[in-house]
Amino acid sequence: MSKYNAPLKEFQFLLETVAPIENLATTSHFADATADTVHAILEESSKFATEVLDPLNWSGDREGAKRHDDASVTTPKGFKTAYDAYRAMGGMGLPMPQEFGGLGLPRSVVTLTDEMLHSSNMSFGLMPMLTQGAIEAMLLAGSDDIKSTFAEKMISGEWAGTMNLTEPQAGSDLALVKTRAERVSDGSYKIFGTKIFITYGEHDWTENIVHLVLARTPDAPEGVKGISLFVVPKFLVNKDGSLGARNDAYCVSIEHKLGIHGSPTAVMQYGDKGGAIGYLVGEENRGLEYMFIMMNLARFGVGLQGIGIAERAYQRAVAFARERVQSRDVGAPKNPSVPIIRHPDIRRMLLRMRSQTEAARALAMATAYAMDLVDSTDDTEVKKVNQAFVDLMIPIVKGWSTEMSLEVTSLGVQVHGGMGFVEETGAAQHMRDARITTIYEGTTAIQANDLIGRKMAREGGVTAKNLINAMRVFADSLDGESHVHLKVAQKRLRDGTDAMARAVEFNLANFNGNVRACFAGSVPMVKLFGIVCGAWALARVGMQAAHRSAANHADKAFYEAKLATLRFYVDTIIPEAIAAADTIVNGAEGTMALEEAAF
Amino acid sequence: MKVLVPVKRVVDYNVKVRVKADNSGVDIANVKMSMNPFCEIAVEEAVRLKEKGAVTEIVAVSAGVAQCQETLRNAMAIGADRGILIETDVELQPLAVAKLLKAVVDREQPQLVILGKQAIDDDANQTGQMLAALLNWGQATFASKVEIEGNAAKVTCEVDGGLETVSVKLPAIITTDLRLNEPRYATLPNIMKAKKKQLDTFKPADLGVDVTPRLTTLKVEEPPKRKGGVKVADVAALIDKLKNEAKVI
Repeated sequence: MSKYNAPLKEFQFLLETVAPIENLATTSHFADATADTVHAILEESSKFATEVLDPLNWSGDREGAKRHDDASVTTPKGFKTAYDAYRAMGGMGLPMPQEFGGLGLPRSVVTLTDEMLHSSNMSFGLMPMLTQGAIEAMLLAGSDDIKSTFAEKMISGEWAGTMNLTEPQAGSDLALVKTRAERVSDGSYKIFGTKIFITYGEHDWTENIVHLVLARTPDAPEGVKGISLFVVPKFLVNKDGSLGARNDAYCVSIEHKLGIHGSPTAVMQYGDKGGAIGYLVGEENRGLEYMFIMMNLARFGVGLQGIGIAERAYQRAVAFARERVQSRDVGAPKNPSVPIIRHPDIRRMLLRMRSQTEAARALAMATAYAMDLVDSTDDTEVKKVNQAFVDLMIPIVKGWSTEMSLEVTSLGVQVHGGMGFVEETGAAQHMRDARITTIYEGTTAIQANDLIGRKMAREGGVTAKNLINAMRVFADSLDGESHVHLKVAQKRLRDGTDAMARAVEFNLANFNGNVRACFAGSVPMVKLFGIVCGAWALARVGMQAAHRSAANHADKAFYEAKLATLRFYVDTIIPEAIAAADTIVNGAEGTMALEEAAF
Repeated sequence: MKVLVPVKRVVDYNVKVRVKADNSGVDIANVKMSMNPFCEIAVEEAVRLKEKGAVTEIVAVSAGVAQCQETLRNAMAIGADRGILIETDVELQPLAVAKLLKAVVDREQPQLVILGKQAIDDDANQTGQMLAALLNWGQATFASKVEIEGNAAKVTCEVDGGLETVSVKLPAIITTDLRLNEPRYATLPNIMKAKKKQLDTFKPADLGVDVTPRLTTLKVEEPPKRKGGVKVADVAALIDKLKNEAKVI
């Protein structure tokens, strides 16, 4: 079986191009993130991913998580030991503020360490991802007491965290949340209700699990404005920090799923034995607001899962294509059979996998860098501009990177032929694992609605138009370049930005009047933005690659490969973005024409 | 007790090395470099001894190009307290390294030097032994277990016939074998702390050591490609081939 190898060289290059980390290290906020420290952290994280997490990926999938009659849950063999090592390494605190015991590293770095986690073992990576989400919410809105009692122990990795939003009747629409929270005289609350799809809701890694639960107080307003956020620990915590009584929060079952088998997805029952003790985070009725601030990072994180799993599928497919000997070269019928990587269609598939993965990664890194600028600058204008860019990019990084991962992991199976359809090669697992990424933390349609509504129509398309302009200015800046692949990229990028402009105009013109037409084309809008913004990010990287290659850099081959990948992408993927723009502009009538009864 | 741990920067064990086109050596431009795995074991052992209370300070030392700093930072991330770099662009051979280390030992006065038994690039397996001779210290090589007992170290050494346990008076040299321990992952907080630890740089001349190579590399070649096998008709034909073609019996 192929072994995961983190693309460290590419990571390094991204940190010198779309996410120039050295600029961050000069700010007081990220003073510790010097190039050599970051390099050492990426190296060590990649060793951990390759040596510890990757070997457990397949066995974890086969074995799966198990719930026992006493409501306990065990994860597959080796997972707990791996978590102990992860915790000892200090992995959980990577992005967390130093004042709470974290390392305070920039998102540009954490994006790469997160990708490695998900590439090597997505089932494992989910736990840190969700725990970090819970920590973020507590740091954002929690009292000092909540921060010191719970958040610090989670940052050290001693305790785990979960996010409890979904209920059987409340999925994408959280206005329907029914879980109740009754005030108790000591200031705490008693929580009653059922939460489903709770990732790592119960497990054997840590002695305590801190659940963040959305619930309604008795007099709360209807809908999303009446939802509050509570901390509900599995074990109550005594004044001295030691563990107290078992709280009334139990895992009543875990799901049988298509993928991520190593990760227990729990149904959580709160309050069946008299009420689960919970503590309010922030103020009553503002729970969803806190969640949404945190949700940006969670959505970005799922986008990274898409990229990570796509990278893994690509590596496995390449390894197989190099080894598998089948058929002679086309056009050379007398020659001996060759490894299938020589066949043009295998190249096409591998390049679709590789180029889209690299484009999505470069775009995610550009977004992460903008987040870091927001965090580290004192200049309010810089903050504002970058925050607007981040807000626009979140539904794209999430929506497009994950949709892309479905295609890439499916192609990964295809490259393997029949061997991909049997589980033993591992290619099928990636396809199954990837399948959840377009669903949780907001389906692709939810991302798309966010993109065309909140992020575009509501502000008159200002940020989207600014972005298109910036991309056109960049395309103009390629005038002086001589590398043939960059020349082609310039033209294609211009075609792509024109398509974006066309689609944005359509959206703005129709949002107040024919809004259903806009929504009919919302998911194609995610695709269009993803592909063209990906091309922009890839071309920015490619421009630097061309300069280094022209200067006869010792690693010329690496830079030429970047340019060849860019060339494939702009020639074969950008046309799909232009088609998406056509779909947006022309597809609405067809989408709405069929009578509902005729389905 | 102070321990000195020499560490070497080598081509990473995962890299498939290539011989340069002019046969002058191995191409190390743009390949991943990391700490020699046997040196990692040495650092880990020193850190374990410190955790047991047998050691109070660990000094990592490396000799070579400026980038050896990374190797020293890595050692400090695993747990060395400070680092010493002897910086030179000259090709260093085991005797020169042993002399440099002797000079460092004279300055630092450690009670113990733990080295990897060999480096995975040239596989010389000489530096530790040469250093012991230069210092006139006892040596325990190919260690798979180390215990400090008062003024001596009880060391289990891997020898051809099995294991040999020796007691060596301190100060002493220990060279590490593969089974001594399994190095930990450097924790990420420690990687960041390592950046702030003391790292002193010297030139060989500062230590009064002449590092001019004594050996000249004439030619570096890849091992011969494996030839395809043949089926032999019978045992007699096999014996004949072994005797006359392969000339191994």
